[in-house]
Amino acid sequence: MSPQPGTLTLDRRRSSRSNPLASPRMRPFLGFATFLILLETLPRIGIVNPAYFPPFSQILAALAQQVLIVEFWIALGQTLMGWALGLTIAVVGGVVLGLVLGANRWLRDFTHSTIEFLRPIPSVALIPLVVLLFGTSMQSTLVLVVYASIWPIIVQVLYGVQDVDLVARDTARSYRLSWWRQIASVIWPSALPFAMTGFRLAAAIALILEITGELIIGSPGIGQRIAVSQSSGAVANMYALVAVTGVLGVAMNILARRLSRASMHWHSSIRRDEVSR
Amino acid sequence: MRSVSRRVFMAIALPALIFVLWWIVSADSTSFFWPPLQTILGVFPETWFEGRFAVDVLPSLVRLLIGFAAAAAFGIALGLAVGTSKALRDYSEPVLEFMRAIPPPVLIPIIMLFAGIGDTMKIIVIAFGSFWPILLNTVEGVRSIDEVLRDTARTYRIGRGRRFVHLVLRGASPQIMVGARQGLSVAVILMVISEMFAASNGIGFTIVRFQRGFALPEMWTGIILLGSIGVALSIGLQVVERRTLRWYHGLRQSEKAR
Repeated sequence: MSPQPGTLTLDRRRSSRSNPLASPRMRPFLGFATFLILLETLPRIGIVNPAYFPPFSQILAALAQQVLIVEFWIALGQTLMGWALGLTIAVVGGVVLGLVLGANRWLRDFTHSTIEFLRPIPSVALIPLVVLLFGTSMQSTLVLVVYASIWPIIVQVLYGVQDVDLVARDTARSYRLSWWRQIASVIWPSALPFAMTGFRLAAAIALILEITGELIIGSPGIGQRIAVSQSSGAVANMYALVAVTGVLGVAMNILARRLSRASMHWHSSIRRDEVSR
Repeated sequence: MRSVSRRVFMAIALPALIFVLWWIVSADSTSFFWPPLQTILGVFPETWFEGRFAVDVLPSLVRLLIGFAAAAAFGIALGLAVGTSKALRDYSEPVLEFMRAIPPPVLIPIIMLFAGIGDTMKIIVIAFGSFWPILLNTVEGVRSIDEVLRDTARTYRIGRGRRFVHLVLRGASPQIMVGARQGLSVAVILMVISEMFAASNGIGFTIVRFQRGFALPEMWTGIILLGSIGVALSIGLQVVERRTLRWYHGLRQSEKAR
């Protein structure tokens, strides 16, 4: 999962000086530009039906219009709120549960099969139930988000607690560190990298379920506006909103990566990266 | 012997406890939303095994498997190509990052435009959604193959074909499996909601119909059925993983023991 830090690949820069466009640094931009040009030209020359896939410029125009509407920003806020709230509940609940279950070997074995059983249950199976209980309100989606994103955190924290250095733990016990101190200064630091992997996974899953809930249940947010654009035949609008969810996803990935770096600045995997840079 | 019986006890105790608790607490439940577990299990066979299995469950599972297989084939093939070529990786990285970040469910309305609401739409949605985790993990897996191994293979002049099979494919396979696991859970989500969004058959469609008709015990059976399918698929994938990655788990264990 986690990218291997510090793997250097040989990078032959042959003609990079003579032609700046061919330099490896330009490649990502060239690649993205090609992608956008394809999005523009394929519908224009009729390879893709423009009624189903409008050219990029039209999507951009629709997006420019959306940005001027207040409802768009409200919907975006609702999506972000639901995502952040659900993720926070999942993180707090998952970390607490993971630490409690992981701290005791008996408890861990006792709950293992149940966790392995509950985890793969697709949270979307709960959609009909939450619709009956909460209707199309925000709570419906919140339940889905929390249920889906709590598992990676619990499981990762459990792994992390098991990964604690035995000597460190025994030392802490011999020194009779209080229960709280043991967790805060021995168990948590070694579980943190695992918890952060769980957090990155959970953040992405939470966004998927937030948008899904809005799209299928109709709770307020960007997903619901996509459903409305679809049913009213506003195709360019729909693509613009889909692109917005993509941008949201990218921003969130970057944010989660930054956050895990910042919280583990002392950890060897990140320090090694910094040294090799 | 004792340790075996202890392990069995540990694995069964809590699920059994939860089941019994659910049974007892819900036994005289008159609440509309939480029918007694006895009622739910009572209607389970007639709900799903009398005709509906072939009409609703099977089509869903077939769509899931076709979509997932397509995603795995394309994802692994493209991932190997992108992973082995630095130039290709440079060109495609931002596009892939963006495409991956789009929550797959929003593709349903888009793909509906092209493919209607039939089976094709659902298979494409499932394939498209589970494609990205498989692709990106394959790329990552190829990229993180040990440099020493790579150079060794080259120094020994191991031919391209064999190098590909024994070094690249092998070396990347643990990470490919991670991608497959993520892809499968996305695929299950998409299977359900593509049917909830627009369909005329399927598990997701049927559950929503029960919910709209306020057939609560039947709806609960649907939730239980979906949950079991999720669990069964994840066990199935674990079996496959244990078989294909036996060498890897063995390696890990011997490294740990050292």
